[in-house]
Amino acid sequence: MTSSGGLHLKTFILIFFMILFGPLGNVSLSKGMKTIGAISLHQPADLLHVGVQILQSPFIWLGILLQLMFFVCYLLVLSWADYSFVQPAGSIAYAVVALQAHFILQEPISPLRWAGVCVICLGVLIVGHTSPRTTEQI
Amino acid sequence: MAWESVLLVLIVFAGTSGELCVSRAMKTIGEVHDFRPSSLLRVMVRAVQVPWMWLGVALMAVAFFSLLGALSMENVSFVVPVTALSYAAGALGGQVFLGERVSRRRWLGVLLVCIGVTLVFLGRK
Repeated sequence: MTSSGGLHLKTFILIFFMILFGPLGNVSLSKGMKTIGAISLHQPADLLHVGVQILQSPFIWLGILLQLMFFVCYLLVLSWADYSFVQPAGSIAYAVVALQAHFILQEPISPLRWAGVCVICLGVLIVGHTSPRTTEQI
Repeated sequence: MAWESVLLVLIVFAGTSGELCVSRAMKTIGEVHDFRPSSLLRVMVRAVQVPWMWLGVALMAVAFFSLLGALSMENVSFVVPVTALSYAAGALGGQVFLGERVSRRRWLGVLLVCIGVTLVFLGRK
């Protein structure tokens, strides 16, 4: 059993890694797929051809690795924290994605989307003030 | 429209119940204290031996392919905001299926997340 402070800390650290690896993995996968371009499937052999192309892309492999790291962090945090805590807290990833898009990709973000991000942050802040664990081991 | 509705239900319910099953599998393993790579590997080996894990991953795969299917459809604009419902479904599922105590404060936070996610999708053009 971990003390309440320690529990909060390790929960937040793992959720931090989740929101770091998850969006980065998505960006990497989408970059990998975009370098391959539009897929046209006319005959079964095309599927094999596309499959080989996908597996040759370093961005796809990086994306898979990042997604795997995301999933391991997710599993670890769920070994002690409530699902009803981790799931809403993970939605802070929407804010991370919007900030990435604004500062790194210089994409325009609509005011409505910023408003959504603010509401999500408020919701996560409120969830974050509840105890990460309300059950014992099954 | 009928097809889209089936996909929406699958995205929200298969996705949420998949994550709940995975969560249940990890709860049977119990709190991880040791974060050295070798012991993390042992935790993962134990995790893949829990049947709930396989059911959960299978359901999450169904949700993933339903989302791909929905995204390939013409009228996608209403599809993705509905996935915000997953957060409400998840809190309810955590309460019923995992016995978590979802306080009024946590419900309030979840509700705000649902609204926020909907706004984010509506604001994406």
